[in-house]
Amino acid sequence: MNELVATLAGYSSAWFGPQWGPPVWVFVKTLVLILVITLPLFGCVAYLTLAERKIIGYMQVRIGPNRVGPAGLLQPIADAVKLMFKELIIPAGANKFLFVLAPMLTLMPALAAWAVIPFGPEVVLADVDAGLLYVMAITSMGVYGVIIAGWASNSTMGFALVCVLLVSQSLNLSDIVNGQARGRFAAEGLNFLSWNWLPLLPMFLVYFISAVAETNRAPFDVAEGESEIVAGFHVEYSGMTFAVFFLGEYANMILVSALATIMFLGGWLPPIDAPLLNAIPGFFWLVLKIGFLLFCFLWFRATFPRYRYDQIMRLGWKVFIPLTIVWLVLVAAWMQTPWNPWQ
Amino acid sequence: MTIELLVFYVFAALLAFAGLRVITARNPVHAALFLVLAFFTAAAIWMLLRAEFLAIALVLVYVGAVMVLFLFVVMMLDINLDRLREGFWRYLPLGAAVGVLVVFEMALVVVAKYYASGTLPMPADPGPGYSNTKALGRLLYTDYVYPFELAAVLLLVAIVAAIALTMRRRKDTKYQDPARQAAVKRRDRVRLVSMPAEKKE
Repeated sequence: MNELVATLAGYSSAWFGPQWGPPVWVFVKTLVLILVITLPLFGCVAYLTLAERKIIGYMQVRIGPNRVGPAGLLQPIADAVKLMFKELIIPAGANKFLFVLAPMLTLMPALAAWAVIPFGPEVVLADVDAGLLYVMAITSMGVYGVIIAGWASNSTMGFALVCVLLVSQSLNLSDIVNGQARGRFAAEGLNFLSWNWLPLLPMFLVYFISAVAETNRAPFDVAEGESEIVAGFHVEYSGMTFAVFFLGEYANMILVSALATIMFLGGWLPPIDAPLLNAIPGFFWLVLKIGFLLFCFLWFRATFPRYRYDQIMRLGWKVFIPLTIVWLVLVAAWMQTPWNPWQ
Repeated sequence: MTIELLVFYVFAALLAFAGLRVITARNPVHAALFLVLAFFTAAAIWMLLRAEFLAIALVLVYVGAVMVLFLFVVMMLDINLDRLREGFWRYLPLGAAVGVLVVFEMALVVVAKYYASGTLPMPADPGPGYSNTKALGRLLYTDYVYPFELAAVLLLVAIVAAIALTMRRRKDTKYQDPARQAAVKRRDRVRLVSMPAEKKE
């Protein structure tokens, strides 16, 4: 593998000269890596929609889509084809450029943030020191698509992550995962008790609930509450522009689940430090944990009625923020005591 | 020409274009969106200078928060462009004076480079393992911890003051107390009355 990379880099230098060869090589390599990450992500999004319809179907004692392909497995493909060939309607009074730009602005941050998500010990596109800050900055741009399209929501997700920073003493996502492999329980082989979810349990809950609100998912989907305001901000979108909004929402769900996995559930680490489990590639554990969190998203949607807008605001500002501040001080004090479990 | 220089020129051209459009765009929403583009491009240029923390903070604070608020205000207020243009000639002298002053100040900065006396030397290349974020964090929370905390408290006081000054409570607002709502038991609301069945006449 390394030889192949070196050979390709050599070709690049031979074709473009010593000055332009290395930058061209870096550019092409990054482009290929981006495709390697985003194309499977689109596949995941497509099958997440199927999983959603199937799981909610079973929870409501019905079968869900079962007509296209064996057990309905080709349903997402049929949906994609349908959306691609539908007519694209642009309202007469709308600004054409902004109207088309808005769905892209929703999808772009959900994809760009994946650049710093580590898939394994050394497997990451950009190993930046300020990785967490980068994710927060990029995802904060997602709100523009919704505003330009007509609506917006706000939440306080990032605050809950400050506690994770405190205990792992790094903004680098790979370092945060590696930090969770240390600790009192990890020394005895019980890795999963050393992950951040247990000592920071309130923060994990705050983060996950805020994440559900951030992605505009039920029970916090006020921006598109279908029983009250038809489809809210994307009511005027059809065909591919609607599909891009849809992709953005689901890609965001996968992103916040991946972040929760890295911050609180130990990323690619196996739950117990046993040779048999260590033999399984870390990527498998990461996908398993992300899958579990995504299942929770669907579970919530099938279980809870929608929150009223003022109730969401009360939950965010009057419950979560005070809770987070108190817990932050507690954790900081806890780390100074001899019972510090993060040593 | 190196690749960094090429990238810099691309971003600089974009930044100049976006900045120009902010003041020339007729639609205020477009102007605000071009300002977003300008912030983002400026962040990219800072990234080229290896100031990654500043770049990310610029995007996080200005693009992610301040401009969202801006856009909200611009969209919510129904801005009448004709009324905005009314005062153009009246404000022109003041605006032109401020503009000339800014150009003069920028010229001073550019010219100062040629009289090397007051300028700082270029910092040495810190090497590959250097993290701007970490260095900044260490400085802020050790050497400058008191000024930093003071600034934080000042901002907090400002937030509280802004809300306290602008909040008007309506007397007839109905308010729900969620704690009381959750504490309600069935017997507080429902009374079961046993009645003998009534006979039809």
